[in-house]
Amino acid sequence: MTINRAAIRAEAEALFTAFKAAGAQAVEADTLLPAETLLDLYGEDIRARAYVTSDPLRGEMMLRPDFTVPVVQAHMNGGAEPARYCYIGEVYRKQDHLGPRASEYLQVGFELFDRVAPEAADAELFALFHGLLAPLGLRPATGDIGILMAAVNGLTTTDRRKAALLRHIWRPARFRKLLDRFSGRAAVPQARADMLARLGSDTPDALIAAAGPMTGLRSEDEIAARVAGLIEDAETPALKAPEAALLYDLLTLQAPARAALSHLRGITFMMPAIEPAVDRFATRLDALERHGINPSDLPFAASHGRTSMEYYDGFVFSFHGAGDGPAVATGGRYDALTAVLGQGRSIPAVGGIIRPALVAAVREGLV
Amino acid sequence: MSLKIGVPSKGRLMEKTFDWFGARGVVMARSGSDREYAGAVEGIAGVELVLLSAGEIPRELAAGRIHLGVTGSDLVRDKLADWEAQVVELAGLGFGHADLIIAVPVAWIDVDTVDDLDAAAAAFRRAHGFRLRIATKYHRLVREFLTEQGVADYQLVDSQGATEGTVKNLTAEAIADITSSGETLRANHLKILSDGLVHASQATLFAARGAEWDADTRTTLAVLAAQLGVVAEV
Repeated sequence: MTINRAAIRAEAEALFTAFKAAGAQAVEADTLLPAETLLDLYGEDIRARAYVTSDPLRGEMMLRPDFTVPVVQAHMNGGAEPARYCYIGEVYRKQDHLGPRASEYLQVGFELFDRVAPEAADAELFALFHGLLAPLGLRPATGDIGILMAAVNGLTTTDRRKAALLRHIWRPARFRKLLDRFSGRAAVPQARADMLARLGSDTPDALIAAAGPMTGLRSEDEIAARVAGLIEDAETPALKAPEAALLYDLLTLQAPARAALSHLRGITFMMPAIEPAVDRFATRLDALERHGINPSDLPFAASHGRTSMEYYDGFVFSFHGAGDGPAVATGGRYDALTAVLGQGRSIPAVGGIIRPALVAAVREGLV
Repeated sequence: MSLKIGVPSKGRLMEKTFDWFGARGVVMARSGSDREYAGAVEGIAGVELVLLSAGEIPRELAAGRIHLGVTGSDLVRDKLADWEAQVVELAGLGFGHADLIIAVPVAWIDVDTVDDLDAAAAAFRRAHGFRLRIATKYHRLVREFLTEQGVADYQLVDSQGATEGTVKNLTAEAIADITSSGETLRANHLKILSDGLVHASQATLFAARGAEWDADTRTTLAVLAAQLGVVAEV
C-alpha cells in the first residue's frame, strides 16, 4: 500500500481542523521525550516498541511513541479545567516483524480533561470520532475496563489476590491463569506446593541462612514478607463458584451495548460491587444516544482494549477497516495515568487518536 | 556464482564445525598462516568458505552476504528481529550447547518459578520505587520470553560481561545469561529458576533467505544438503 505523503498530510490537516472546530486548543509536544518517565509508566514493552537514543546531557531519550504522556504532563503543569486539546505529528514505533506496518506515522489526536461529567466526556469524544469517520464505513468496537476492575474489587477474597488480578488486567492470559488458580479450577502447581512445604519447615530467617549468603538489594525483610504472603495465600479459600462463574461470564461478555447493559443489570444483584460502574456505563449510553449514536447496535465487549497500552481504565474504543490490520482510530479513558504523572494531583481524562495514513488507505479502497 | 558459507573463525566452535562438516565428507581448512582469515573447502565444488566472528554471522546472513552460516541459535534469535523471516534453520550441529537461563539470589527462598519472579517484582517496585532489574546481554530473547510469560514490573539492564557479578554489585536484582555448567552461578550465590529456561542454544547451520539464490547456488545447495544429510529449502 503506497499513498503519497501529501494525501496523508491532507487527511491529517482536515482532521486537525475538525478537532479545533470541536473546541480543542492545539498543542505542541517534544519529539524527544525522557525515556525514564515512559519506561516507568509502560515497562519494558515500550523499550521494544520505542526508539531509544541518548542525549549527552539529558541521558536516555525516546522518540515520541505517543502524544498522551507529553500532553497530560503539559496539562498537569497548569492547564485550565475543563480542557480540550488536539495535536498533530509523527509518532515512532519500532516494528519487530517484517511487513507493511509503518515505524513512523502521523497521528492526529484529541484529549479531554473534565472532572464534572466523565461519561458525557466519553460520549462527546466518541461521537466526534464517530462523526468524522462515518464516511469511511468503519467497524466500531467499544468496551469498559472499569466494569472489569469493579468486578475484581468486589470479589470476596483477600486484598492480595485482588491486587494480583488487577495488576494483570492488561495481560489476559496471565489474568486467566491467576483466576483459574484462585477459583480452584487449576491445581496448585507442583513447584509452588513443594516450595510451601519447604517454607513451612522452619522460620524464614533460618531458611534464608541455610540457603546461602544474602546478595543484592532485595532484603531479608522483603523475602520474609513474601513468604508470609505465600503462606496466607495457601490458606485462602478458593473463590466461591458462583462468584467465579460471574467473573468468567463477564470476561466473555460481548453484545450490542444496550443488550450488554441489560445483561449487566441482570447480574448486578449477585455482584453488587459493579453497580456504580454499570451506572456509569448506562449514563454513557444515554449520552451517546443524545449524540445520535444508537447503543442498540453499537458493539460492546467487556474485554475490549485489554491488550492495548497498559493505561486505559474505563471506556475504550476503536474503529477498524475491513482487514486485520491496525485500528484506524483508538482511544479510551486513562484517569489513573493522570494521577501517576500529576504527582499527587489527578483529573479524569479521555482521549483518542486517528491514523491519517489508514484513513487515506480506506478512502482509496486499499484496506 | 559460488555458494558462500560463513563459519566461526577461531576456537573450539571453528574446530567443531570443521569436524562436523569433515565427518560428512566436506573438508574445511584455514589456508595460509594461522593468523590469516582465509579458508578452503574440499570435497564439493562451488563452495566458498568465509571465516567470520560467530557474533557477526547473524548480521551477514540477514544482509544476504553469505548463503549459509554456522553460529549459535541464541545469537540468531537475539540479534535478528523476526528471525524466521530472514533465515532458515537447516540443522542443529549437536555441539556448542548453552542454555540461556534466568537466575536469582539463592537467598530468595520465596522465588522458584517465573511466576514467583513476577510477584517478587511487584513487591520490589513498591518497596524501592523502581522496577526490578534483570541484567543481560540477550535483550530480545529475554524480553520476548518475559512478555510471553506475562511478567511485569521488571526492567532489563545491559551487561556485556561478568553478568553474574551485577547482583552483588547492586546494579541488578536478577540475571539472564548463558550457562553451560552453572559453576559461576553457584560461586556468585545465584540459582536458576526452575522454569526459567529462555532458550537452549546450540551451534546451528542457517540459510539466508535474502541471499542471491541463482541456478548455480541452488544446485550447489542441493548437492551439499544431500552430502550433509539435511533438508534445505530456502
